[in-house]
Amino acid sequence: MSNNDKKYENGLRESATFDRKTIDDIQRAADTGIYDIRGFGAKRKVPHFDDLLFLGASMSRYPLEGYREKCNTKVTLGTRFAKNPIELDIPVTIAGMSFGALSANAKEALGRGASIAGTSTTTGDGGMTPEERGQSKNLVYQYLPSRYGMNPDDLRKADAIEIVLGQGAKPGGGGMLLGQKVTERVAGMRTLPIGVDQRSACRHPDWTGPDDLAIKILELREITDWKVPIYIKVGATRTYYDVKLAVKAGADVIVVDGMQGGTAATQEVFIEHVGIPTLAAIPQAVQALKEMGMHRKVQLIVSGGIRNGADIAKCMALGADAVAIGTAALVALGCNDPKWEEEYNKIGSAAGFYDDYQDGKDPAGISTQDPELSKRMDPVAGGRRLANFLSVLTMEAQTLARACGKSDLRNLEPEDLVALTIEASAMARVPLAGTSWIPGQTGF
Amino acid sequence: MQRSGSQKQQNYMFGNGTVTRGLTMKTIDLAVQSVTDLNRELHAQADKLNEKDWFVENPKGQHNIAVGLDEEISVDIKGPTGYYAAGMNKKATVTIHGNAGQGVAENMMSGKVHVTGNASQCAGATAHGGLLVIDGDAGARCGISMKGIDIVVKGSIGHMSCFMGQAGNLVVCGDAGETLGDSLYEVHIYVKGSVDSLGADCIEKEMRQEHIDELQGLLDAAGVDDEPSLFKRYGSARQLYNFQVDNASAY
Ligand SMILES: Cc1cc2nc3c(=O)[nH]c(=O)nc-3n(C[C@H](O)[C@H](O)[C@H](O)COP(=O)(O)O)c2cc1C
Repeated sequence: MSNNDKKYENGLRESATFDRKTIDDIQRAADTGIYDIRGFGAKRKVPHFDDLLFLGASMSRYPLEGYREKCNTKVTLGTRFAKNPIELDIPVTIAGMSFGALSANAKEALGRGASIAGTSTTTGDGGMTPEERGQSKNLVYQYLPSRYGMNPDDLRKADAIEIVLGQGAKPGGGGMLLGQKVTERVAGMRTLPIGVDQRSACRHPDWTGPDDLAIKILELREITDWKVPIYIKVGATRTYYDVKLAVKAGADVIVVDGMQGGTAATQEVFIEHVGIPTLAAIPQAVQALKEMGMHRKVQLIVSGGIRNGADIAKCMALGADAVAIGTAALVALGCNDPKWEEEYNKIGSAAGFYDDYQDGKDPAGISTQDPELSKRMDPVAGGRRLANFLSVLTMEAQTLARACGKSDLRNLEPEDLVALTIEASAMARVPLAGTSWIPGQTGF
Repeated sequence: MQRSGSQKQQNYMFGNGTVTRGLTMKTIDLAVQSVTDLNRELHAQADKLNEKDWFVENPKGQHNIAVGLDEEISVDIKGPTGYYAAGMNKKATVTIHGNAGQGVAENMMSGKVHVTGNASQCAGATAHGGLLVIDGDAGARCGISMKGIDIVVKGSIGHMSCFMGQAGNLVVCGDAGETLGDSLYEVHIYVKGSVDSLGADCIEKEMRQEHIDELQGLLDAAGVDDEPSLFKRYGSARQLYNFQVDNASAY
């Protein structure tokens, strides 16, 4: 019997409103006088891909042989304007995570893993490091409001440019890197004093609305001679409108990051209370693209809480062209590994709970700038682990696609899905299992 | 001076010595060719330099003129430019004979950009190096997020200038608008005229000899005949660099 249950036996009752977490939050705020800043993504439960199920083929549909028949996973990104679109073997990309937030070894491992798996990886708020450029076959260079480390040489070395308007963990907020991680190298790359609590801008400095952005995109195309694709990344909020405006502004690819998306450092109140779930964002984005005749012409990458092949297959079925993973990639590298349990305990955390990426004391050597801790992250072994994980994700997604009779992951369609809950049904716009009802779309 | 399609023999500095090369001088007329054509030709100079002096006719406020240059060439734009003229410039000397639109010389790395008229907002935004000289006024957000550039404005600048400025120098011979230097890091700001208001964490600082010397150098580089001692210096109070809490470990 757990401690909790014992308390219950004794007649004690925990408040649903003031539960222990809430009480702890209030007391922590009173102790410290500052809001909680942490890494990871939203921890509250929101409607998600687990609330969807596939309808495998049977009489009315024809499945493909699980192991033998082809199921294409290749995807080309940036076909709209770029001379050199990005060709990926699998539709699972590595999301932008900065050197600074992550150790150089972790960045290198991400590059290695992605390259083995035939996919792309992405820089982050703080510029491009030689380690990741060297180890990444396809590297997407982020263009953020802070413009830390932004320079035309790296821009021309990039395989794609991602203009970041926002992140699912904090739509409307800027980057953050606390002083303990602003080491000499990180500060140098960002032109900041060593050890400052860096709070980056949330708005781009030299353009304001979508009309300006259109000109900005043209500038980046001119500088790179129209060679590389230009992505626009938005945190999921008013996704339908944002996607329309992004298409109008001239994006080749749109990245929509749902509210569960990971972060290196953000106020907890922001992580948990801003944005819409990934599940709710995809149909909005796809509707916008379809209405403009741009679905599949402007590719859609979805991220935020993607953990396994089922999540990926469901994203694709709802109309995404590819997905991006952040947290899951870090976990594959060894984040939250129980082998560091004792060390997690020493810093007041535990394996499976660790979210203090902002603190820079990561026992696994991933979200840190400490040279000793970083050494624990072997970039070659880490890269191998990530490649394994990416391969499993792909095989899982293929398994589901074949079961639905699809010879290409992108042939999955909303008709292959049903929802387990009314909420998920309304958000994903697929029928509640066993009914033909989609709340908000069809009559009951 | 002869322009269109003309060629001339000239002496140029290459490394340590002066050598004579048959470099041409070229004019591109944006009434005939596109901005993309222009930029492509200018970019080609980074691979193989064969024309040192470029003239751009009929810019007529088009956007993205002469962006992404990466060679020691000079580009004279004969008229007003739209957004982001000379954006991300490296090494080149770009002169805009007229007014410049939003974000002139944004993210410049090195070289020089000279605007003979006024500049719109965000002039020199996020730029890492080089020198931007504006003969007239600059609009709002001049030098926003600047990261090492030197900006000299002979006239006045608008509100929110140098917001989150990180490094470099901003010299204003006229007045500055509201909220100058808000959330400033290490930029040195010199203003001769009045300042409507200072932004958060921006304060007036003592003008020491080193600053007089620095300012004199900047004024000289921009060709301004002004007396450094008439300027006031502003910089960061550095009070916003770190979260102020009793218990820092609990972030
Ligand atoms: C450690 C870490 C650092 C991140 N840094 C950035 C960043 O620099 N720029 C950015 O656009 N997103 C950043 N993100 C967000 C990711 O790009 C991505 O949107 C998110 O991780 C996707 O959600 P997931 O973690 O659930 O897969 C970061 C995420 C993490 C976990």
